[in-house]
Amino acid sequence: MTIALGFLAIILATLLGWLLKQSFNTQPWVAETVGETAHQGPLGTNSRLIGLLTLLAVVSSFFALILSAYSLRMELGDWVPLTEPQLLWMNTAMLVVASLAFQWTRNAAVNGQRSRLTPGLLVTGFFTTGFIIGQLVAWQQLQSAGQLVTSNPANAFFYFLTGAHAVHIAGGMYVWGRATFKVVLGSDDVAAIRRSIELCAIYWHFLLLVWLVLFGLLLST
Amino acid sequence: MAYVAIADRDHEIEHHDPQTFITKYIWSQDHKVIAIQYGITAIFVGLIALGLSAVMRLQLGFPDQFSFINPENYYQFITMHGMIMVIYLLTALFLGGFGNYLIPLMCGSRDMVFPFMNMLSYWVYLLSVVVLVISFFVPGGSTGAGWTLYPPQAIMPGTPGIDLGILLMLGSLALFIVAFTMGGLNYVTTVLQARCKGMTLMRMPLSVWGIFIATVLGLLAFPALLVSAVMMLFDKLLHTSFFMPAISSMGSDPGYAGGSPILFQHLFWFFGHPEVYIVALPAFGIVSDLLSTHARKNIFGYRMMVWAIIAIGGLSFVVWAHHMYVSGMNPYFGFFFATTTLIIAVPTAIKVYNWVLTLWEGNIHLRVPMLFSIAFIFTFIHGGLTGLFLGNVTIDLPLSDTYFVVAHFHMVMGVSPVLVVFGAIYHWWPKISGKMYNETLGKWHFWMTFLGTYSIYLPMHYLGFQGVPRRYFAMGNTEFMPDSAQDLNAWITMSALFVAATQVLFFINIIWSLMRGPKSDPNPWDATTLEWQTPDHPPKHGNWGHELPVVHRWAYDYSVPGCEDDFIPQNVSADDAPAGRDHGGAH
Repeated sequence: MTIALGFLAIILATLLGWLLKQSFNTQPWVAETVGETAHQGPLGTNSRLIGLLTLLAVVSSFFALILSAYSLRMELGDWVPLTEPQLLWMNTAMLVVASLAFQWTRNAAVNGQRSRLTPGLLVTGFFTTGFIIGQLVAWQQLQSAGQLVTSNPANAFFYFLTGAHAVHIAGGMYVWGRATFKVVLGSDDVAAIRRSIELCAIYWHFLLLVWLVLFGLLLST
Repeated sequence: MAYVAIADRDHEIEHHDPQTFITKYIWSQDHKVIAIQYGITAIFVGLIALGLSAVMRLQLGFPDQFSFINPENYYQFITMHGMIMVIYLLTALFLGGFGNYLIPLMCGSRDMVFPFMNMLSYWVYLLSVVVLVISFFVPGGSTGAGWTLYPPQAIMPGTPGIDLGILLMLGSLALFIVAFTMGGLNYVTTVLQARCKGMTLMRMPLSVWGIFIATVLGLLAFPALLVSAVMMLFDKLLHTSFFMPAISSMGSDPGYAGGSPILFQHLFWFFGHPEVYIVALPAFGIVSDLLSTHARKNIFGYRMMVWAIIAIGGLSFVVWAHHMYVSGMNPYFGFFFATTTLIIAVPTAIKVYNWVLTLWEGNIHLRVPMLFSIAFIFTFIHGGLTGLFLGNVTIDLPLSDTYFVVAHFHMVMGVSPVLVVFGAIYHWWPKISGKMYNETLGKWHFWMTFLGTYSIYLPMHYLGFQGVPRRYFAMGNTEFMPDSAQDLNAWITMSALFVAATQVLFFINIIWSLMRGPKSDPNPWDATTLEWQTPDHPPKHGNWGHELPVVHRWAYDYSVPGCEDDFIPQNVSADDAPAGRDHGGAH
């Protein structure tokens, strides 16, 4: 459980440390006018970002726990490391391109370059869909090679980890879909579109990071 | 573009009030309506679980007298009773119910920051409840694996419900976790971002602190349950061996090998221990506010109380294996976890001292919410002390899986938080409904419940010392179970049935109050917190009318020396405070 505990220690140290800092050196029982305590107001960023960051903490906890289980299960005698299909390198490359495209799109949205949004979003969607399809093909390749989910615990974890990751990507595609819809239909709600793209980009980079960690771990164990 | 706080751009945000019956009361995005929806659903499913416990007690008190109770369905009752009570009642009620109602009102905001997702969280929760209840009616019935769902038994023949019941249980839990995550994102973001002007973190009432930290715990701990549930589903449906060792079942080989049942226990309790604090912390927070209001005295040591809540929250992640002392894990782990378990008792004890010191020389009004709050202190001390016994490895060895454990966790989870639930519902009833309840009926409900639950659980500890094991359908004629122990079981059953029946008084009171009760004052308890300062009573959509409140002081200005009133609401400025009005002498 060390991985989960380590991750938790970081998150809790950050959050609880911040909370404790807010509460230190205060005298709550003293009534005073508003201005002096303004420093304990909301965090200086929009709520959706806070919501997304909280969600990322939850998702990280989820993956950290699977990885803890992975490392515990690996120690039991019947583990046979899986040889990952080469296709996964191609899939990784597609996810990297998708992330880069999303970052490009995000910069365009922030700079008000409306014309770049549609191509940017479509490229991102294309490569992300390519990633998901690539993962499914990789699964198929493993199945035909006789590497079923039940063959070995290493296999079971492979399918579980890649499946869980793909499900999260699919969830992101829903939000991508809504933003793309709005852009393609020429919606006027520029602020909402920009916000959506900014948050999506963060989510995409996060899932890329998760994938790199998972892929690295799967390759090395 | 610099960030402008939600509270500061309130006038620019378009506020749309729902117009139709459906959008006001069914598909509502108003946190108050969602809170009531959560509350009703949680209490309804809790009553089902209460019924299950009554049936279990019938078997334990009067073994083999009832033909409709057999070993198979007995285990199904135990499992469903436990799972419903812990997760679908207590967690949903404290976070979904009280969290949704209180957070925006106590923080001075109009609603949660993500109202659509808030609404969605309720309906997914309802779906999870429906899926769970369906498991009663499928072939094979619901799972009988115990609320802890330990493999390998949970998915092996011999345990009830392995065809469909366990699948529905795991699916229902997954749905609940999705619902809770959506709700949790709301609670955390609203507390961080949507507080009104002047409402600093250290001016928030402890109810909000308790719910807030409990939400953080839940967001980080529920994934552990999701991981273990998905892996168990894989083992059951796809025949993997995450948790399943090489095992022979009913004379044949089901084909599992190499898995680790202890892995499940680690994952489950990594969730399971924070879960009990997810139930306890909101109760701690709420009871602090109830005690303070009804004793007309500031909570003793507010900052310590906040730090204790934070400390308990953090420490709750490193005590989980105290549920696993007898699992066969490395004994040195036992040493570590016993140490952390005793450490977590320290901030908890500090809270108890502070509650008592809040009452000390207070102007105590023994109204129904106060009675429930004082009873909470009694029962929580009791349950907490028995926890210290169980937290020590050597004492836990003979007491594990006996009725001592059952008595302990019912005291700290079943009795104490439920007393707070009742106290809180009575306390906020005037705000929610605009009506007042009947005080006499409330007092009868209180005394019968409080004394009744003591009558159930105090004797149960002796059964534990005796060695009477939990999760047994029948004790048979064994030497360690003398007739007196069986008599005690019968007494406990009678008490349990009595307490269950007593709850009718609560429902009669509520219904009578809704139909015939007198209209209540907007602030009948003269409380300081913001929810009592709304312009409308009960609060309308948007909570605050045209202007958001501005906060100038903490939530505990009760009996302030030199002040003519014995309370100063949070939104009263230093200039307008009653003491201020006295400057100059003339009234």
